[in-house]
Amino acid sequence: MTLGVRVRKRLSRLFRLDVAFDVDSGVTIVFGESGSGKTTLLRCVAGLAAPDDGRIAVGERVLYDAGNGVNIVSSQRRVGFVFQHLALFPHLTAAQNIAYGLSRLPKAERRERTTAIATSFHIAHLLDRRPAEISGGERQRVGLARALVTDPAILLLDEPLSALDHATRSRIIADLREWNDAHRIPILYVTHSQREAFALGERVLLLREGAIVADGSPDAVLNAPSHDGVALLAGFENLLDAEVVDRRPDAGVMVARLAATTVDLETPLASSGVGARIRVAVRAGDILVAAERPRGLSARNVIAGSIVALTRQGATVHVQVDVGGVPIEVHVTPTSSELLGLGPGRDVWLVIKTHSCHPVSAV
Amino acid sequence: MDWTAIALSVRLAAVVSAILLVIGVPIAYWLTFSSSRWRFVCESVVALPLVLPPTVLGFYVLLALGSRSPIGRVWMAWTGRGLAFSFEALVIASILYSLPFAVQPIAASFAQIDRTLLEASATLGVARLQTFVRVVMPLSVDGLLAGIVLTFAHTIGEFGVVLMVGGNLPGVTRTVSISIYDDVQSFNFAAAHQTALLLLIVSFTALTVVYGLMRKPWAVAPLS
Repeated sequence: MTLGVRVRKRLSRLFRLDVAFDVDSGVTIVFGESGSGKTTLLRCVAGLAAPDDGRIAVGERVLYDAGNGVNIVSSQRRVGFVFQHLALFPHLTAAQNIAYGLSRLPKAERRERTTAIATSFHIAHLLDRRPAEISGGERQRVGLARALVTDPAILLLDEPLSALDHATRSRIIADLREWNDAHRIPILYVTHSQREAFALGERVLLLREGAIVADGSPDAVLNAPSHDGVALLAGFENLLDAEVVDRRPDAGVMVARLAATTVDLETPLASSGVGARIRVAVRAGDILVAAERPRGLSARNVIAGSIVALTRQGATVHVQVDVGGVPIEVHVTPTSSELLGLGPGRDVWLVIKTHSCHPVSAV
Repeated sequence: MDWTAIALSVRLAAVVSAILLVIGVPIAYWLTFSSSRWRFVCESVVALPLVLPPTVLGFYVLLALGSRSPIGRVWMAWTGRGLAFSFEALVIASILYSLPFAVQPIAASFAQIDRTLLEASATLGVARLQTFVRVVMPLSVDGLLAGIVLTFAHTIGEFGVVLMVGGNLPGVTRTVSISIYDDVQSFNFAAAHQTALLLLIVSFTALTVVYGLMRKPWAVAPLS
């Protein structure tokens, strides 16, 4: 199934949304800073805002065509929409929220589908609670389940995870990925978070001032030097070439060996198969430095290296560490640096959580 | 105590509240969600009874319902009796007079509903009328309750409009407030006291119950 979008919409005297693209099944990230027109684009596709001109179609089904005066109302578009602020119905329980769009189905089937999706999103235990009585992450899962249970033809997500902490976010991303593997429909995922773009996206559309300025794999778009500021936006100081050497789908992880080394990193599971060449993106601030080999840690990646250089920039010390010939940048505070006695030539251990390693397909 | 007048007032207030609930909800919905540029005109018409002297409103209603008016003649042909100075005339006048007291609290509670809830409902395949029943109404219960209580209390207490349109016919148009006025005019202060006290207690109790239920400051106010 292909989602074809051509939308022109004037939002103010100076700002105009003008985009045209086709996306296939799978997650396409719509990436851009706030005010770049991301949300307006999704609203036009969902029928919540009217474009001035253009055509929107899912496969053969035309949702909007300015030329023929076609404009299907939102409720008939079969578009799943997950709102930034969720928009859960406060007077209904989680179960009633999820079943809201299923009112045409018989009661038994409604209950069955609600329970099934609640189980796959790990919220089956709170089905009789109201939105005010559950946590932010749980609410987000209810919002996702509510949109997905109706079997939409396309799915639109408007910064759905922006209010959540990193750990919760990663867990929901894993669930969403699993769902995406099972139900292949076009998904537009709006975000300005590089983490989410790398973790979920198969393709990134970079939106700036209402226009698409780049289109490609997350790695290619977010690190392309031709788009100044984009690489900076991406904010990953370490992009390490690696090869997938093992996959453990039941644990939701895989192991990647850094190129030309024997150093293995455990990362969240991605679609790359064993032998695939990937890159692992790690933020310098997500890496811990230990002066001695640490024990009894939950973090799965503990690797040995030696310090090449230290530079202080503002309140951060940038530490260049050599790990089997691969340079890795680590950011620590000046206090930690002093207490640990960090200096060039010093042997250290780097500690990286699995979910701080973002597998990215190599270009 | 003038039980006939009390019974009449309660009947009038109940009928008016019921009718205003039915016509007030669509008006409030339109006022809240319409993007028509003439909305302000409708808002002004609805709010008019708040500022108009009851005698002025009563005067026009009397003219409109009189035996020489089109409405009065149709009514006469249909039922065989005049519309002015009847219970039905009181109902019509009271509906107009209490309109803002029903519409405004309901519209205010509609306006407080997060619009994205309605959008979410639409993207889940639920059409507008169903969305209204399943989302807007349940989230506006306090506004609906406030509208009913205010309309009821306001209709019970009205005086000027009733006097203009209904006159003072025992059992037909003689409401509580007119009964009190009559008692005072004829120096029957004991009877006036009793009826007035009853009215005070009923009004106070109604408001206490609503405020107590809603736990929200000034949940019942004509312009909230």
